[in-house]
Amino acid sequence: MYKIVNAEFLAENIKRFVIEAPKIAAKRKAGQFVIIRLNDGGERIPLTIADSETANGTITIIVQGIGKTTKELNSLNTGDFILDVVGPLGKASHIEKFGTAVSIGGGVGTAIAYPTAVALKQAGNHTISIIGGRTRELVILENELKQVCDEVYPTTDDGSYGFHGFVTQKLKQLIDNGTRIDFVLAIGPIPMMKAVAETTRPYGIKTVVSLNPVMVDGTGMCGGCRATVDNKTVFVCVDGPEFDAHLVDFATLERRNRTYKESEQEALHEHLCHFDKAFEQGLKLNN
Amino acid sequence: MPELSKKDRMKIPRQPMPEQDGVVRSGNFKEVNLGFTEELAKMEALRCLQCPKPVCIDGCPVEVKIKDFIHLVAEGDFLGAASKIKEDNMLPAVCGRVCPQEEQCEAKCVVGVKGESVAIGRLERFVADYEREHLGLKTPELKPKTGKKVAIIGSGPSGLSCAGDLIQSGHDVTVFEALHELGGVLVYGIPEFRLPKDIVKAEIDSLKSLGVDFQTNAVIGFTDTIDELMQNGYDAVFIAVGAGLPYFLNIEGENLNGVYSSNEFLTRVNLMKAYKFPEFDTPVFNVKDKTVAVFGGGNTAMDAVRTSKRLGAKNAYIIYRRSDAELPARKEEIHHAKQEGIEFLLLANPNKFIGDKDGWLTGVELIKMELGEPDASGRRKPVPIKDSNYVLNIDMAVIAIGNGSNPIIQQTTPDINFNKWGNILVDEESMATSKKGVFAGGDIVTGGATVILAMGAGRKAAKAINEYLTQN
Ligand SMILES: Cc1cc2nc3c(=O)[nH]c(=O)nc-3n(C[C@H](O)[C@H](O)[C@H](O)COP(=O)(O)OP(=O)(O)OC[C@H]3O[C@@H](n4cnc5c(N)ncnc54)[C@H](O)[C@@H]3O)c2cc1C
Ligand SMILES: Cc1cc2nc3c(=O)[nH]c(=O)nc-3n(C[C@H](O)[C@H](O)[C@H](O)COP(=O)(O)OP(=O)(O)OC[C@H]3O[C@@H](n4cnc5c(N)ncnc54)[C@H](O)[C@@H]3O)c2cc1C
Ligand code: FES
Repeated sequence: MYKIVNAEFLAENIKRFVIEAPKIAAKRKAGQFVIIRLNDGGERIPLTIADSETANGTITIIVQGIGKTTKELNSLNTGDFILDVVGPLGKASHIEKFGTAVSIGGGVGTAIAYPTAVALKQAGNHTISIIGGRTRELVILENELKQVCDEVYPTTDDGSYGFHGFVTQKLKQLIDNGTRIDFVLAIGPIPMMKAVAETTRPYGIKTVVSLNPVMVDGTGMCGGCRATVDNKTVFVCVDGPEFDAHLVDFATLERRNRTYKESEQEALHEHLCHFDKAFEQGLKLNN
Repeated sequence: MPELSKKDRMKIPRQPMPEQDGVVRSGNFKEVNLGFTEELAKMEALRCLQCPKPVCIDGCPVEVKIKDFIHLVAEGDFLGAASKIKEDNMLPAVCGRVCPQEEQCEAKCVVGVKGESVAIGRLERFVADYEREHLGLKTPELKPKTGKKVAIIGSGPSGLSCAGDLIQSGHDVTVFEALHELGGVLVYGIPEFRLPKDIVKAEIDSLKSLGVDFQTNAVIGFTDTIDELMQNGYDAVFIAVGAGLPYFLNIEGENLNGVYSSNEFLTRVNLMKAYKFPEFDTPVFNVKDKTVAVFGGGNTAMDAVRTSKRLGAKNAYIIYRRSDAELPARKEEIHHAKQEGIEFLLLANPNKFIGDKDGWLTGVELIKMELGEPDASGRRKPVPIKDSNYVLNIDMAVIAIGNGSNPIIQQTTPDINFNKWGNILVDEESMATSKKGVFAGGDIVTGGATVILAMGAGRKAAKAINEYLTQN
């Protein structure tokens, strides 16, 4: 059992958890993830380790409630327990001094990109963050990123905050304005990562994305997380999760992630009433 | 034991295993074989000729004292028989169910030369179940504590048997398991209908009661490396991580939706209990009234295809490139699969998978094969028949063509020697690796093999580790 020592909503539907997991806290590197299982009968789902504190033995995860498990997780509060947390899994981000590094986060992807943005800064890069959301409330971690990055640009699709438009438009603007960019990390919904890849491709800017296939074990045992990169099959949990954006077959990834769509909706429906109550309670407590 | 002549004994027919009806069981996940009654067991035991030179024992990888235990069964001393087996085999309830007896002990049985061999496996299962039900698991004497600590990586049959021996020798033992549940392939691979999970759990509970410490969610290499374990006070390490890397066919269309590795399909259903979805959260492709093809002919393939039938598949095929005679699965599993309505498409090989515009699997192109000259394995090599390709419409595919080695330990322990397939190289007698104090056994050394070999390797390593710890 892993204790939640702090839980708070960052935005509607996006919640930050600080969890007691001293071993993982001591070992994890930027880019790695954990797999959690909430309870007996629960699903195993991967979540990026957004941060850690070795002294307190805690890790931070930031979760967007999109289906049964993430919504159930987001109904948990400080003092609650998670049955299983395993990690750190996956390869750590490849960090070096590139020069100017741009990290782009879309929605909860900002949380996944955050630890790598920190590591890029620590490696001596001039670090720029572009963080997107549909609307103002969905732009997360701006203050946290401002503390580590040299430049931070929030963007919103509806123009309610920051740059009006998509993260890719902001990126294009930077490039067009003559900012020399040596490295781009993009994490978010698949269409966004694909758009970033296409934006940087003509300029030959090294671009890395973090893939989010459905996983089971997270240790290379099942092959369920396989993706196509450079026309070869990779197991994202052990070979990744980060890959060269210009070589990823995003269409296959998007398609494979739809495998359980019907079942997922069924599972969600089953628990909706139960969860709605808990979720609203959670919102009340935190706001 | 009643005095029976050899002739009388030979006249007793092999006793049938009571089992769930084929049609009924293909709709449930309960165990297929129900086990011998006391009467059936005694009668079967009387078939044993008590040979002066019991060759059956040569067929057993761990040399269970078969003749002696069967003698005890015939006399009705079932608990005595169980103890006799346990001198050599730590997991008889498991092995009695899953060992390929027809290639091992029963293949050597003298009674089998002219008729049907003594049902050694079924007797083994009977006495193990009898002991568990009547006595609970017996707690053996533990030697005084030595103060030495051993880390065992992996909780499959190899790790469990090594843990059992080492705790009895007085060492402190911690078993580290990557998954959230203990038992290795016995829980995530082999289905409930062949090996009820309660049996595995009983074995693990008995090790817990002896003081073995189990840590789940510990992926060694990531959570701790082997070097870190040794720095943190473990005096020896036993690597028993199995062969957990699924092979794919490497053909077109393999990443279509609806194509699984057997590991993923079986893990979702067995470990994550997808057959109880949505009561349990993990889904699996809904095969109800659909057509499923499983590629391969081993135990894993049989498990996957029979599982799909139980999930409601209308048609379930085994597709195997050689013929019936070469199917590597246990004979009983093949027999059971046929009874359950599984169709065998033999001498057929997949060329490519075919999908619809949304990327869902709709079919597989197969090519017919014929058997040519024997290959390196001594089996006749299947060769494609020119222009014999055809398309079979299928909705789900499971690839069950074997497992390679998971690279995590190799990548994180540079001073252990591996062969080119990623198997750990060990000294055959001591199971010692190239790294001091580190031993290895089971599928990670042999490649995918059997429960009994994994268990035997675990015990061999336990003996060597015990010696190593006494000397160091
Ligand atoms: C390496 C890795 C790191 C991740 N890190 C984070 C993180 O830090 N924070 C976070 O909120 N999420 C993260 N995710 C995504 C997260 O694992 C999924 O959102 C989660 O598994 C969904 O489970 P569920 O039961 O709530 O939803 P489900 O009911 O399983 O799915 C609901 C909907 O989401 C889609 N979906 C399913 N799986 C995924 C997926 N893996 N990615 C995107 N969409 C999916 C489904 O198609 C469906 O439409 C990560 C994924 C990976 C592979
Ligand atoms: C579906 C299926 C059916 C089978 N049927 C039969 C049968 O009928 N009869 C038979 O004799 N054999 C059968 N086998 C083969 C048999 O199960 C294996 O040979 C045997 O389980 C090998 O035992 P093991 O202890 O070496 O490894 P496993 O049983 O594979 O156990 C290894 C354990 O180590 C864990 N692990 C892996 N990496 C790490 C790590 N880095 N850190 C911590 N833990 C780790 C794994 O999660 C796993 O739990 C079958 C196999 C399969 C897959
Ligand atoms: S999640 Fe099973 S191999 Fe990656």
